[in-house]
Amino acid sequence: MIAVANVTPTWYLLLAAALFALGCTGVLVRRNPLVMFMCIELMLNAVNLSFVAFSRTYGDIKGQTTVFFVLVVAAAEVVVGLGIVVAILRRRPSANADDIAELKG
Amino acid sequence: MNLLLAPMQQAEKLASPSVNWGSLTPLLVLLGTGLVLLVGAALSPRPWKRGMYATMTAGAAIAAGVLQFVLWSGTVHHGPKALVKDAIVVDGPSLFIGISICAALLLAALVTDNYLRREDIDSPEVYGLYLMAALGGLVMAASNDLIVLFLGLETLSIALYVLAAAHRKRIESQEAGLKYFVLGGFSSAFFLYGIALIYGATGTTKLRGTESIKTALSLVVETDKNRALLVVGVALLLVGLAFKVAAVPFHSWTPDVYQGAPTPVTGFMASAAKAAAFGALLRSVVLSMPELRDDWRPAIWVLAILTLVVGSILAVVQTNVKRMLAYSSISHAGFILVGIEAAAHGGESGNRGVASILFYVLTYAVLVSGTFAVATLVGRSGDAAHSLDSYKGLGKQRPLLALTLTVFLLAQAGVPLTSGFVAKFSVITAAADANSYAIAIIAMLSAVIGAFLYLRIIVSMFLEEGDAEGDKVAIPFGTGLAVAISAAFTLVVGFFPGWLLTLAKDAAGRLF
Repeated sequence: MIAVANVTPTWYLLLAAALFALGCTGVLVRRNPLVMFMCIELMLNAVNLSFVAFSRTYGDIKGQTTVFFVLVVAAAEVVVGLGIVVAILRRRPSANADDIAELKG
Repeated sequence: MNLLLAPMQQAEKLASPSVNWGSLTPLLVLLGTGLVLLVGAALSPRPWKRGMYATMTAGAAIAAGVLQFVLWSGTVHHGPKALVKDAIVVDGPSLFIGISICAALLLAALVTDNYLRREDIDSPEVYGLYLMAALGGLVMAASNDLIVLFLGLETLSIALYVLAAAHRKRIESQEAGLKYFVLGGFSSAFFLYGIALIYGATGTTKLRGTESIKTALSLVVETDKNRALLVVGVALLLVGLAFKVAAVPFHSWTPDVYQGAPTPVTGFMASAAKAAAFGALLRSVVLSMPELRDDWRPAIWVLAILTLVVGSILAVVQTNVKRMLAYSSISHAGFILVGIEAAAHGGESGNRGVASILFYVLTYAVLVSGTFAVATLVGRSGDAAHSLDSYKGLGKQRPLLALTLTVFLLAQAGVPLTSGFVAKFSVITAAADANSYAIAIIAMLSAVIGAFLYLRIIVSMFLEEGDAEGDKVAIPFGTGLAVAISAAFTLVVGFFPGWLLTLAKDAAGRLF
């Protein structure tokens, strides 16, 4: 018989922290803007998970409703980000973060 | 059966909060004008009359500003109040910062009109985005709930990402938009995680009032339960806001974005976005978490000193004027952080700190809008002539324009008889009142280093010979008007600062 551990909200919080760290590392390490957007989404969704977990521990609905707001914001962000990438790709063959370096000083 | 009905019965209990629409009119005016511009211009078969978009935007900015003055007199008689279940407040600081944002919007609309036609990219979307960004800024300054604050921040930021990339013909503009977007989204995620942890530690996202973070804090500090969670949450919140105000070490996006974005947009970013972010920082951390002061005040202290020193030193070595002004805006953020540090002390000296921040935010918003308006003109067609060499001989070619730019630069340097001097002076006295002598001295030293940068531009304008090939700088009506308004305001406040200082003090005292 496998012992089933009691899954507490703390587990979800730890998972959320791990996902957040993963997304954060991704933004810093990867150079492709699309992958960077994905990593930012991962960070936002990690936050959503912790909102839901906290909401569960307090037994109130506020944390869960917050998630809807965050989802809407994340969707709007992606629309704008992809729009900017498309605008760049129209003018040059790649949108790699290292290639786009006109601005420096 | 009962099981199925239970959620429905619960749903009936959810009463929607009463909304005091009258007090929300400044927000509604901006939102309405933005929607009319976007939808109306998309539906109409041909472009509207020349300058119509900008006139509407400027009109909305003036209307929203006047409405906030009306609300201001309301708070004088009936005291500050909270709306929509305490999510939004109408009080001194929120109205003062709201008026600063509306002033920045007005100046930006005037400058943008000529700019877009000169670059041949005139479209109503830019103005719609300006209005949405200003709306987000107003919400940020007035929010009494961290979630509402986040929504305001995103409304402001998303509009600014697009605005930064709005110059379709310049790849630099799109690069600026992409960089701003990636780093802005990154910082928003930190900000949001901070909100989640604070919610986890206190069980609420409301900042002040009954059952709010402010009341929950004393319990957390007393029992030490969840304290670590709360401190990490506040730290993440500070990271997110420090990104928005461009405080060192979270400033790396600023020079690139300020240089690449269309110049009028840069001016709007430096004025409105900074004002809104400082309003949010003031309310969310400084005024709502006084019990936790010992934990976050050292962080503000370090941020302020780094921002002052790095901002003014790196500004000196630049050769592109827009980059110089970007670093100078970083060092101005450092000065406002000095005021924040003073405000953190609470009590009478803290109140003086809040007043000094409000005064600084308004005067700097006008000042920097004027500076970038001149930079827009000097940038000439193509928006590319921003090196220090482009300013050579401006004094001979356009003496009046060069003179007003000199006024702006001297004011940014903090020379007496300009608004910038009074702003710096009030921030530093507030710090001295709060016994933060070290930070006050560093602020004064960095002002001296910073002055060198402004003198470099002035010397280039008046003492160096211009190249004969450069086109003569054209001064269209709208931009000229914006420059004249900002210069007049800078000088009037410099000569007679008393009334504005009194207003700022009033605002700081009338807090929800």
